[in-house]
Amino acid sequence: MAEVERLVTRNFEVPDAFRLSVYEQRGGYRAARKAALSMQPAEIVAEVKAANLRGRGGAGFPAGVKWGFLPAGKEPRYLVVNADEGEPGTFKDRALIERDPHQLIEGCIIASFALGVHHCYIYLRGELERAYRVLQAAIGEARAKGYLGARPFARGHELEITVHRGAGAYICGEETALLESLEGKRGEPRLKPPFPATVGAFGASTIVNNVETICALPHIVERGGAWFAGLGVEGDGGTRVFCLSGQVQRPGLYELPVGTPLRALIFEHGGGPREGRSVKGVIPGGSSTPVLGAEQLDAPLSCDGIRAAGSMIGSGAVIVMDDTACMVRAAWRLARFYHHESYGQCTPCREGTGWLERVLGRIEDGLGRETDLELLDSIASNMLGTTICPLGDAAAMPVQGFLRRFRGEFEAHVLQGKCPFGARFELPPGWKA
Amino acid sequence: MAFELTGERKQRMAALVGRYPNKAAACLPVLHLCQEQQGVVDAEVVAFVAEALGVPAGRVEEVASFYTMYRRKPVGRYHLEVCTNLSCSLAGAEHLREVLGRELGIQPGQTTRDGLFTLTEVECLASCGTAPVMLVNGELHERLTPDGVRALLSELRTRAGG
Repeated sequence: MAEVERLVTRNFEVPDAFRLSVYEQRGGYRAARKAALSMQPAEIVAEVKAANLRGRGGAGFPAGVKWGFLPAGKEPRYLVVNADEGEPGTFKDRALIERDPHQLIEGCIIASFALGVHHCYIYLRGELERAYRVLQAAIGEARAKGYLGARPFARGHELEITVHRGAGAYICGEETALLESLEGKRGEPRLKPPFPATVGAFGASTIVNNVETICALPHIVERGGAWFAGLGVEGDGGTRVFCLSGQVQRPGLYELPVGTPLRALIFEHGGGPREGRSVKGVIPGGSSTPVLGAEQLDAPLSCDGIRAAGSMIGSGAVIVMDDTACMVRAAWRLARFYHHESYGQCTPCREGTGWLERVLGRIEDGLGRETDLELLDSIASNMLGTTICPLGDAAAMPVQGFLRRFRGEFEAHVLQGKCPFGARFELPPGWKA
Repeated sequence: MAFELTGERKQRMAALVGRYPNKAAACLPVLHLCQEQQGVVDAEVVAFVAEALGVPAGRVEEVASFYTMYRRKPVGRYHLEVCTNLSCSLAGAEHLREVLGRELGIQPGQTTRDGLFTLTEVECLASCGTAPVMLVNGELHERLTPDGVRALLSELRTRAGG
């Protein structure tokens, strides 16, 4: 296995890295100081553009380009960090905050200088209580040291950071729902346009970036956008934190260069499936992304690479299923999640998610009808592109993916009148039923 | 008596409100604060928050009813929230939920008769690398096993009895 330099997770094994003193011993806040003392906002933006940093939250939009959408001269403007981590399979933001909170704060400082922001909100998922405590303590330390407040790093650019706790709603990961929630309302997505860069939080121009995207900034400022870009592939720079879970020997977080083959992540880093098992299906980018089959493991982990394989890299959440796993059950489990999280603003999603869960459930229970496969596809087709926010798409795409890739398993359920794999997923080694 | 935030929490509310351009924006954090004190977000809490933030009660109620973390009914002394989303299910969470139900004699959504445990099935808790996981009063427990869960339950029972 080639030795890979880690950036945003480089402090993960360092004891007490959440303390400001330890973070600084590791070179922390050098980039913010450099940005404060010797860089114009336009220079910072230029480095981020040169870095080919694609958003790490799911959509993969180039961060530097997004920043360029902020209209000139409009004040105030806000930076909102999306830490509402909730896409099933994703668990990187929690770790980035709990283990290295100052890296996120430093990224916020750099972005705020670049964007002319004086108040940054970090929208943190409500359930992440420990992350909340760690982050609040770190912000307190940074403020006491003068890195936040009236003159961070002696630059006359006042800056405050507020952590806003969510309260349990997957939809708030969608940026306009998140903004509604930040304003103290129900998290119901807004129609776009206007986009947040024009009308965002509290009616002001706003940039919303994912935690990992912001965490990359200190490294880009310190070592240059071109260097960062060179770590990845064309148009998709740097390293990414991949969240590996499911039926592999060593699940966990792996920071690897963008473009690393999916196979290397699962086998070299994750140890592959358990003894005697083989990989059957892999969800490459979180629950909303279509499943891939074993024949697609050579796809490179980049936005374009996974798209070419027929799916999306999303939030970098890779869920592995081995040959004992029932694909109908997996599809049903995700459909159930989306039914629970659909909040009912648009009819195709409110109704469609319920239908998907019920039809998949009856197929899994052995009560499926021959027409159910067409029915599933038709429900999903009627949801795609017909809703205000992407939740409808997120629910429909995985169902279509499972149907496309594993149609035979669905047919076997209907023909045999039962699940060929049994009533639940295989128990882990050593567990007794 | 009508609900009111007391002592240090009252000051924390004032500080929270000051973090936003308008008072109404502090609705979520203030509801969290009230629930911390009261254990639930009931009609009295809603009325208090509406008054404190200068918004209609209906506006607070629609927020309180939208988000799953605001408890509208009291829960037991220990609130067990077990994730059964895909990564946890692939790691045995479906079986764990059955074990929990059997040991406690309740279904998800119910509270034991002695008021000690409430069991809730929840969606992804963003800890899939250490699946299966469960929250116990907000604290994350990772890499659960059936034996580990049984030991945890008896520890919690002992703690409650002692």
